[in-house]
Amino acid sequence: MTTMTAGDTKRDFLLIATGAVGAVGVASAIWPFIATMGPDASTRAAGAPIEIDLSQIPEGQSIALMWRGMPIFVRHRTPKEIEESRASDGKSMPDPAPDAARSFKFNNVVQSQWIIVQGSCTHLGCIPVKNAGDYGGWYCPCHGSHYDTAGRIRRGPAPKNLIMPEAAFLTANSIRISGTRSAA
Amino acid sequence: MQGHSTYVPTSKAAKWLESRIPIIGLFHSSFIAYPTPKNLNYFWTFGGILTVMLVSQILTGVVLAMHYTPHVDFAFASVEHIMRDVNFGWLIRYLHMNGAHMFFFAVYLHIFRGMYYGSYKAPREVLWILGVVIFLLMMATAFMGYVLPWGQMSLWGAVVITNLFSAIPIVGETVVTWLWGGYSVANPTLNRFFSLHFLLPFMIFGVVILHVWALHVVGQNNPTGVEVRNLKKDTVPFTPYATIKDGFALCCFFIFLLFFVFYQPNQLGHPDNYIMADPLKTPAHIVPEWYFLPFYAILRSIPDKLGGVIAMGSAVLILAFLPWLDTSKVRSGSYRPAFRIFFWVFVAVTVLLGWVGSQDTAAPVLKFGDNTVLTMVGFGQILTIYYFAHFLIILPLLGLFEKPLALPSSIADSVLGGGHGLPAGAAASPETKG
Repeated sequence: MTTMTAGDTKRDFLLIATGAVGAVGVASAIWPFIATMGPDASTRAAGAPIEIDLSQIPEGQSIALMWRGMPIFVRHRTPKEIEESRASDGKSMPDPAPDAARSFKFNNVVQSQWIIVQGSCTHLGCIPVKNAGDYGGWYCPCHGSHYDTAGRIRRGPAPKNLIMPEAAFLTANSIRISGTRSAA
Repeated sequence: MQGHSTYVPTSKAAKWLESRIPIIGLFHSSFIAYPTPKNLNYFWTFGGILTVMLVSQILTGVVLAMHYTPHVDFAFASVEHIMRDVNFGWLIRYLHMNGAHMFFFAVYLHIFRGMYYGSYKAPREVLWILGVVIFLLMMATAFMGYVLPWGQMSLWGAVVITNLFSAIPIVGETVVTWLWGGYSVANPTLNRFFSLHFLLPFMIFGVVILHVWALHVVGQNNPTGVEVRNLKKDTVPFTPYATIKDGFALCCFFIFLLFFVFYQPNQLGHPDNYIMADPLKTPAHIVPEWYFLPFYAILRSIPDKLGGVIAMGSAVLILAFLPWLDTSKVRSGSYRPAFRIFFWVFVAVTVLLGWVGSQDTAAPVLKFGDNTVLTMVGFGQILTIYYFAHFLIILPLLGLFEKPLALPSSIADSVLGGGHGLPAGAAASPETKG
């Protein structure tokens, strides 16, 4: 059978054309079902960037606010806390970082009095308790991770410092949080 | 073994139906005339028990769904509503909850039975793999069901388990957001878990039908592992022999289940799940249900997150390769003296892994004076290595070096004590036996 009749060509064409349209059709039909499982418009809207008025938080206090279903810790450090934290910069830590790298900048000046971190222990995602632990910052009750006032892990099973969200100062007293980061 | 239907319709209605769809004949040949080896022991009753448990879970689950509200603000209260207000709600929920525990208890016995008697070996590989598929579906169903009451363990268990997917390189975070339907475990997550928890049992039911179908094509294994040679001598009809035996075992099993339902309904659960889910407060100890503990221990014993997830997944999936990892030509552990020892060591290792999974990772296991020689995580690592070594090293080598005992020449001979006893494996495939 070396010759091809008109009928064969027509049948091949129909087979390939139907198959191609069918494959594209199935692929297009699957997409809405995948996309519908992603965050819906209301969830995305509720997770829109927020602005925090820092003037409401007195020195020495810290707050936890819920954003995207996760607590965000905002801590107003005292000069003493900042000094102590800076003094320990050179010490060995599981995830070394200088104190100056733990705060956001405003007009190119590090705002060391403000520590803004995601309130989720980098070990297994528990919520650390404020003003507790051996370093006065946070303490995770689940498996005993101690964080200092800059949110750096000092002792315990957590591998990383508390994660800083994506954020930027708008004015000296207000900051905009626009996204969360993962520990990985 | 299929197609031995001896069913002859007698009534006019049965004849009419049978000539249009031979469904009575199918049931007759599958559950009445079906030949079962006459030497089956009580470990062979768990297939029937599991089928009844699946039906029981679906039945109680459908009723619970009539009273349950899948919303983060109402779910916890609606479960309490079931417990306090709904007529017999407490009974139906406790049956469902403890039924899940007993379902896993029975499935583990069923799996270990198959492992001991070599029920996965040719020609039952597909039957075995379908069983692994059912096991995986069961795990997914149980996990999502545990989230529905929206207690503290529900929420934080869901957080820990869904976060495992973030270990996938590059797309991990996207996948997790997609699974959650948001930026954290929240209402969309609860909603989809409810939907899937309702769907999956019916998928399990479908795979169970395939599992039973495959079983009825290749026939049941039996404690000797010797194939049926003579239907008349080696087998008895399913009804009444297997039916009554399964029925008796089922009654005993239900007494066990109902003891928990009526006297210790919360013994197997975690008290923290009677505290409503709070995304701002984590329970001191997040532990999964007991039936996941061995796999949880394997997950935690690997220091790397992605590595841990891969190890945990492999621990289940390796079962699917068991038919090819076990190189022995002899099926039943009863005729494999060395395998028998390793089998029980493996059972002990699995149970110990479960214990390790329930403990704090830093807790000491061995102390020498004030120095901790072995922590829980270290012990878990040793056990994890053994778990995989059993499948990847011990089983392949055992089949090559072990000298099996003499097999009975037939099932009938093993029961009646006659026969000459062929050298092991000679009957299976003498040419390949070294």
